[in-house]
Amino acid sequence: MSEDDERQQYPPPDLEFASNKARNCNSTGSGSGHPEFQSTYPDQVLENVLENVLHFLTSRRDRNAASLVCKSWYRVEALTRSELFIGNCYAVSPGRATARFTRVKTLHLKGKPRFADFNLMPPDWGAHFNPWALAMAKAYPWLEKVHLKRMSVTDDDLATLAELFLGFKELVLVCCDGFGTSGLGIFVNKCRQLKVLDLIESEVSDDETDWISCFPEGESNLESLIFDCVECHINFEALERLVARSPSLKKFKLNRYVSIGQLYRLMVRAPQLTHLGTGSFSPSDIVGQGDQEPDYVAAFAACRSLVCLSGFREIIPDYLPAIYPVCANLTSLNFSYANITAEQLKPIISKCHKLQTFWVLDSICDEGLQAVAATCKDLRELRVFPVDPREDSDGPVSEVGLQAISEGCRKLQSILYFCQRMTNAAVIAMSKNCPDLVVFRLCIMGRHRADPVTGEPMDDGFGAIVMNCKKLTRLAVSGLLTDKAFGYIGRHGKLVRTLSVAFAGDSDMALKYVLEGCPQLQKLEIRDSPFGDAALRSGLHHYYNMRFLWMSSCRLTHHGCQEIARAMPRLVVEVIRSADEEEMDDVVGTLYMYRSLEGPRTDAPKFVTIL
Amino acid sequence: MESGCSKKLLDLIPQEKKWGFIENQNGISHGSSEEKKLELKLGPPGEEDEPLVSFGYFSSMKSNAKQAHNKFPPAQEDHRGGAVLTASWAKNHHHQPKPPNCSQKRTAPGPVVGWPPIRSFRKNLATTSKLASESPTSLPHKVAIERKPAAPETRGKGLFVKINMEGVPIGRKVDLKSYDSYEKLSTAVDELFRGLLAAQRDPSADGPKQEEEKVITGVLDGNGEYTLVYEDNEGDRMLVGDVPWHMFVSTVKRLRVLKSSELSVINLGSSKKGKMVQN
Repeated sequence: MSEDDERQQYPPPDLEFASNKARNCNSTGSGSGHPEFQSTYPDQVLENVLENVLHFLTSRRDRNAASLVCKSWYRVEALTRSELFIGNCYAVSPGRATARFTRVKTLHLKGKPRFADFNLMPPDWGAHFNPWALAMAKAYPWLEKVHLKRMSVTDDDLATLAELFLGFKELVLVCCDGFGTSGLGIFVNKCRQLKVLDLIESEVSDDETDWISCFPEGESNLESLIFDCVECHINFEALERLVARSPSLKKFKLNRYVSIGQLYRLMVRAPQLTHLGTGSFSPSDIVGQGDQEPDYVAAFAACRSLVCLSGFREIIPDYLPAIYPVCANLTSLNFSYANITAEQLKPIISKCHKLQTFWVLDSICDEGLQAVAATCKDLRELRVFPVDPREDSDGPVSEVGLQAISEGCRKLQSILYFCQRMTNAAVIAMSKNCPDLVVFRLCIMGRHRADPVTGEPMDDGFGAIVMNCKKLTRLAVSGLLTDKAFGYIGRHGKLVRTLSVAFAGDSDMALKYVLEGCPQLQKLEIRDSPFGDAALRSGLHHYYNMRFLWMSSCRLTHHGCQEIARAMPRLVVEVIRSADEEEMDDVVGTLYMYRSLEGPRTDAPKFVTIL
Repeated sequence: MESGCSKKLLDLIPQEKKWGFIENQNGISHGSSEEKKLELKLGPPGEEDEPLVSFGYFSSMKSNAKQAHNKFPPAQEDHRGGAVLTASWAKNHHHQPKPPNCSQKRTAPGPVVGWPPIRSFRKNLATTSKLASESPTSLPHKVAIERKPAAPETRGKGLFVKINMEGVPIGRKVDLKSYDSYEKLSTAVDELFRGLLAAQRDPSADGPKQEEEKVITGVLDGNGEYTLVYEDNEGDRMLVGDVPWHMFVSTVKRLRVLKSSELSVINLGSSKKGKMVQN
């Protein structure tokens, strides 16, 4: 469930192209795996040894480092890299990637920037999977796994994956769109070795294809089937038969069109499950649904290996006691669709001693969070989402809940907290109580909101976080913030790689502090903050080290962005325009810029101008 | 915090205060006519004088009309959520060209695109889950009698359900669509059965005289001699009156008027819980 897998993304494979131009083995980027000189016998032996050794190197950071040692190591590393990670699909072309790495079995590819999730980017901006699918079909017919995030995938692409890669085993689509149930149908039908199909927070259009029935007959190798985001009815009988013939199925997450009665029938066929998404967790509307209410408790009790529970999409809280038998073993619980009260949560959470990941709605209030803090001493990740995501609604959670969590869950590493009010004191307390924090994302939903107790900006709170949490790599700020907060970040946030800023800061100085002070900064996303061209200029020394910079509704001008584009040829500077922006208007609506080896992309739509 | 340049916007909204939405139990806000202007509407721009509301990208508009229908409910149903967007990206946009010295810090001028940063599929939670959890007392329970699913008949626009009264061999049918509240239904019960019940009664010495018909009252509050119960779409027997009327109408399949004294025999609510919690 974690969004943050930033640990292994720096430096990327293409970094050496930009910063090591002197190395003639990569200046043209051909990166061919074939030696251009005659190697002597001892060299050949050394290469073979190296190849065998490098096979053991899995971390891509280590691999990137190894590839820089010398030509020979570069070549061998390229031959032995089987898992290819590309953090920005436009940073490098499919052709270049497949030319350098010839034996890839797994591809990770990321497309749109995160703010696209919140409708800040028009549709059809790009990030099409299609050119990659075609390139890999030629270069890696043995490809087994594809993980995509925020890419546009078509039904044809799904067909390509299933038809052209005979041993294809694993498809994971996170926050993707562009395909529908008919594409899924073709994919599952043709992909005979399929082990994993995970559709996570993706948009799937309903083409009224019964894709569940498209799974081939006979025993299936399925280990993971996740489709909780698919907003269409499914053929339940076909699903039941599928589960019955999938003995290896361990991860199974249903969508909200599966009732609790249907869940029961599936669970009794799959007691070996480790990860379960329960679907609606409420009864269906069908009249006369059999005689007896099934024994849900027994069904859960039979799943002795269950460690991760989610779903509860339309929960009837009366059924919650059914999950009591598995609570003690749960390491991950996702209630973020369950509008339950503190009273309804308490009997559950009091049994969840091993819980490490907990996602929940703020309907549980501060009181519910106190209950979490009392029991879940091993908690590593907490996400609190708002039931009512408006700026002016009543906030059921506040600094009280945050304080309680900080006191009870000392091992906390990652937090995402939506609230209507927060005090510096509580944030400072968390910075001191939870030194292991790696991810701190606080969203005070009212814009420019100060500390309600002191009336001060939230500068000191976030300052304490960057000062005290020495492992912090990801930070999202909110509330009333002056330049001072950014001064703290620049001074102390030395490990920060991802920073999200909205409605904050007073002047260009704020952005300057960050760009000049944070050497590890990779991803910077800013909206509605008063930063202009001068601030942008202050990051020129660093932009080649970053994956991207996003600035929307700030104070940039075309002129300023043009300057950057001229100064940095390997940077693609995209200005994304709204329809009613005047062509002549110098104000930039959205700036999205990223390093790339390929120059301006050829698939940019009309509303994107590449400077 | 400066008010910035959009004076017109800010005059409509009191600073630092709630918008004056009146929230009823269902969490659906009904604004005043001024706030109505600020509601997100489905439709082309130009229908109002100035676009007070920020519209944004409608990401599913491209091809998936059906999906769009599922994912983005019409704005009239969803007044909350700053970033539930309905108009297309090409139309009104939040980024209206403003003079360079206009401060970015405006206090709550209106819902903003993409703020708070919640993905769209997390947005309609309050409607779906609240409806589900709004009936905490209508526990599904077991009844140790044979249950026949009794489907209501809809003739034309009516919703006719059977209603039987204990002690009266002949049942009636009521059109639930012709009532809009439990009180009216309760009155109807009296109208339907008063005569029939009187006809059934033993003309005994301590009872009322045969000519006198006793009014049937208190069927909803447990105080009367009789209590109104119903069978829902799952075949469970439920006390009438717990859920909002419209919800009742959507799940009711048949009605029964039972003697209040008989109710303790049928365990309303307890046996289900006992079955569920085995720890």
